[in-house]
Amino acid sequence: MGVIAFLIILPFVAAFFLAFMKQQGKMRDYFIYTCCAVIVAAVLYFAVTNLINSESRSYLLETRGLDTAILIGEFGLMGLVVYYGFHYKKYYVAFLSIAQTGLIAWLELFGKKIPEANHILSDKLTIMMCLIIGVVGCLICVYAVGYMKEYRAHHPEYRDRSAFFFAMLFVFLGAMFGLVFSNNLTWIYFFWEITSICSFLLIGYNQTQEAITNSIRALWMNLLGGLGFAVAIVYGTLVLNVADLHGLVTLGAGNEIAIIPVILLAFAGITKSAQFPFSGWLLGAMVAPTPTSALLHSATMVKAGVYLLIRLSPTFAGNLAGTMVTTIGGFTFFAASLLAISQSDGKKVLAYSTISNLGLITACAGVGMHEAVWAGVFLMMFHAVSKSLMFLSVGAVENSTGSRNIEDMHGLIVKLPGLAFVMIVGIAGMFLAPFGMLISKWAALKAFVDSNSLLLVVFLIFGSATTLFYWTKWLGKLVAVLHHSARLPNTVGKSEWFSLISQAVLMISLCLTFPLVSTYIVEPFLSDMFHQTLPAIISSGNVNIMIMMLCAIVILPIAVRFLTFGKKNKIVMSYMGGANAGDDRNFIDSFGDSKPMYLANWYMEDYFGEKIILKPAIMLAAAGLIVMMVIAIGGAV
Amino acid sequence: MWSIISVALYLILGPVVGGLLAGFDRKISARLQGRQGPPLLQPFYDLFKLFSKQSVVVNNVQDFLVCGFLVFIVFTGGLFFSGGDLLLVFFALTLAGIFFMMSACSANSPYSAMGAQRELMQMMAYEPMVLLTAIGFYKSTGSFAVSDIIHSSVSNIAYLPGIFIGFLFILAIKFRKSPFDLSTSHHAHQEMVKGLTTELSGNILALVELSHWYENAFLLGVVGLFIINSNWWSFLIAVPVCIIAYFMEILVDNTFPRVKWEVMLKSTWLVTLVAGVINLMILSFIK
Repeated sequence: MGVIAFLIILPFVAAFFLAFMKQQGKMRDYFIYTCCAVIVAAVLYFAVTNLINSESRSYLLETRGLDTAILIGEFGLMGLVVYYGFHYKKYYVAFLSIAQTGLIAWLELFGKKIPEANHILSDKLTIMMCLIIGVVGCLICVYAVGYMKEYRAHHPEYRDRSAFFFAMLFVFLGAMFGLVFSNNLTWIYFFWEITSICSFLLIGYNQTQEAITNSIRALWMNLLGGLGFAVAIVYGTLVLNVADLHGLVTLGAGNEIAIIPVILLAFAGITKSAQFPFSGWLLGAMVAPTPTSALLHSATMVKAGVYLLIRLSPTFAGNLAGTMVTTIGGFTFFAASLLAISQSDGKKVLAYSTISNLGLITACAGVGMHEAVWAGVFLMMFHAVSKSLMFLSVGAVENSTGSRNIEDMHGLIVKLPGLAFVMIVGIAGMFLAPFGMLISKWAALKAFVDSNSLLLVVFLIFGSATTLFYWTKWLGKLVAVLHHSARLPNTVGKSEWFSLISQAVLMISLCLTFPLVSTYIVEPFLSDMFHQTLPAIISSGNVNIMIMMLCAIVILPIAVRFLTFGKKNKIVMSYMGGANAGDDRNFIDSFGDSKPMYLANWYMEDYFGEKIILKPAIMLAAAGLIVMMVIAIGGAV
Repeated sequence: MWSIISVALYLILGPVVGGLLAGFDRKISARLQGRQGPPLLQPFYDLFKLFSKQSVVVNNVQDFLVCGFLVFIVFTGGLFFSGGDLLLVFFALTLAGIFFMMSACSANSPYSAMGAQRELMQMMAYEPMVLLTAIGFYKSTGSFAVSDIIHSSVSNIAYLPGIFIGFLFILAIKFRKSPFDLSTSHHAHQEMVKGLTTELSGNILALVELSHWYENAFLLGVVGLFIINSNWWSFLIAVPVCIIAYFMEILVDNTFPRVKWEVMLKSTWLVTLVAGVINLMILSFIK
């Protein structure tokens, strides 16, 4: 219990101190490093001790004092949102916040007595989430130390608010720890609101018009989800007499008694994990400095949404709430990966890819079956690591070359070999055969076929093909070898390198050790949740083959170097119909002048552009969401 | 034991079969066009000569990438003939394809870059049908393992006619046959020169050719998988079916002109949806 309280409180304390360290300097840097090291150590200690004891534990039955404190905290958050709502003249934001806080306050102060249940619960999924939040989140914070210095140098036009920025990063981590440890719905809701407001403040960091607009969008979408959350709590307490997540799942598994709170919570999860029609806020989030995006996309925020959905998954099996979640998730997976094809901005591709992958996790949770949830948990883990790796390396490339456009990454393997290599690991991790995400996708496919969800199978096979397309063409840009191009000076700072390398190593070692993670963390969690044990999802023979493939990829470059030792290749210029102008960068045009050659990837705006697909996709998803929610709630009332 | 023998047979006979098919292809194509055509063994002569030639390349990374292509194609086929998991087989095939594509991307050359983008488009077009094929077998036999699939009591084509048609359709893309030979072609002097392989030559090109032979032998193995069941004589039917399938692809190659990528993508996805998904839908009702 002590370590849990420590994990939740420490980031908040760190944030408090950081807020006052306005001066950039060694002291602040080391303070951040120390906090991160302590958090990672605490997380590891927590994970190891709990894995050895190997039991789910719950704590804190009676918490009157803390409940009051949380209620006051909620009023504080409401005050903050109302202030910003009036400040930016977006009154609906204030209205949303007042409505939901009012509901919760009414319930706590005047409603009937809240049923007793443990407030804190820790099981295997909590351990997994803690590891993701602690390790990946802290690596992002470490990266941010170096990044923000360069960011300030590159963007002198923005006011330096880095003290505030670092404080917010830590508040975010603290809120995420609180969210995954809480079992009481009101507590989860409180931390849920903190992450919403935190992301609003982080997205608005630059205070430009665009940043403000996007941050307000993030705020209202997440507050809308929060409203759903609040209504679910009130309904659950008053009608079903249950106020904790675990109790709700036990009550709702296998029947439709709890469908109203379940579908409302699922709605909240869908907004938070930026599924269509709520994809807009996550796409807008890229205006903020890179560590924000990395944090929102990988370790925190969107993971809170899918975490809630995974927790709820037993209640989704075979009812309309499940149908809603799987349909929205599957559709989002496909539509977002189509949209990613037409994007050339690196961060935007990553944003669409996040939305798409979260769609797959959502769909897995919605199926509500043992093996589907297995796939979902693994997708979440691999996605956190590889997405954070991708964001951070794009950010580092942007600081070095001044552009984050994929077209400008042509020949990165020659210009910035280190960063290109890290990026290749990240991309391979996102979709390629022996690496992480593919294992999970494989299990997901199996689960979808087994559960007879034909629509999901169709979304998955087409979505996989489009995913392949946008990642591979990015990969192709990186590996181009340009003649006469020199290495760029390596301007990436030490803290950034440390973070990048650690994550690349983490990625590869996770690919090698995922069977262990499955046996010791994911399988026990699933047999707890579904009260049944299933044989291994991916047989050990196939795991061995995957590991063989991974080894082959590692050995191959060395082997080829040996085999071709002494082999004489004749190196020539590339073929340009005989019109090269002395090298393979320029050619002679029809007027006899030399012209630079430019090789572009295919983006096919006319087919996959945002103008063509985005609006219909949002409309379709919104219509589906509304119709299914109305039918489900109407049917239950 | 059997799996080791069949992998060994694949490793040895794979390129022989692939080469003979290529020779057969050139002979038939020539006859269809009213020419005499080269001898049946011409592809082997070509390959040996290519191996003896110095490679003229634009960079040294291509050695590695093309070797990766060969290794993973052989791996794919080996896994398939050892009775491995069909999905894993197709994932390995995709990995091999990406190695090949990267060798074109690394060249930084206009024609191979165009070929690479087109190749990627082709992959996007056929990938759903490839995955659907594996799913179809799983739905019909309850297992993704090739070793289980070949022991089913009835030939799987009885349950998977639509998926079989869909697979034959994408086979034209995989064999790089017209109308879908967008990324590279057997015939030079075109708008894309040689597409993907423009910057490859000599012994490196020979490795590409060899990989294609392995790949074609493996792909026909998948065609055969639709036919083979627990009766030994089903092999005797599977072989002619594979040959007929290959002959059909040659016929189509010689009949249709190359299409634009839009047409390829739309038609392939449409066939996948109509033939493949509907087949799967019916299968999930009866199984």
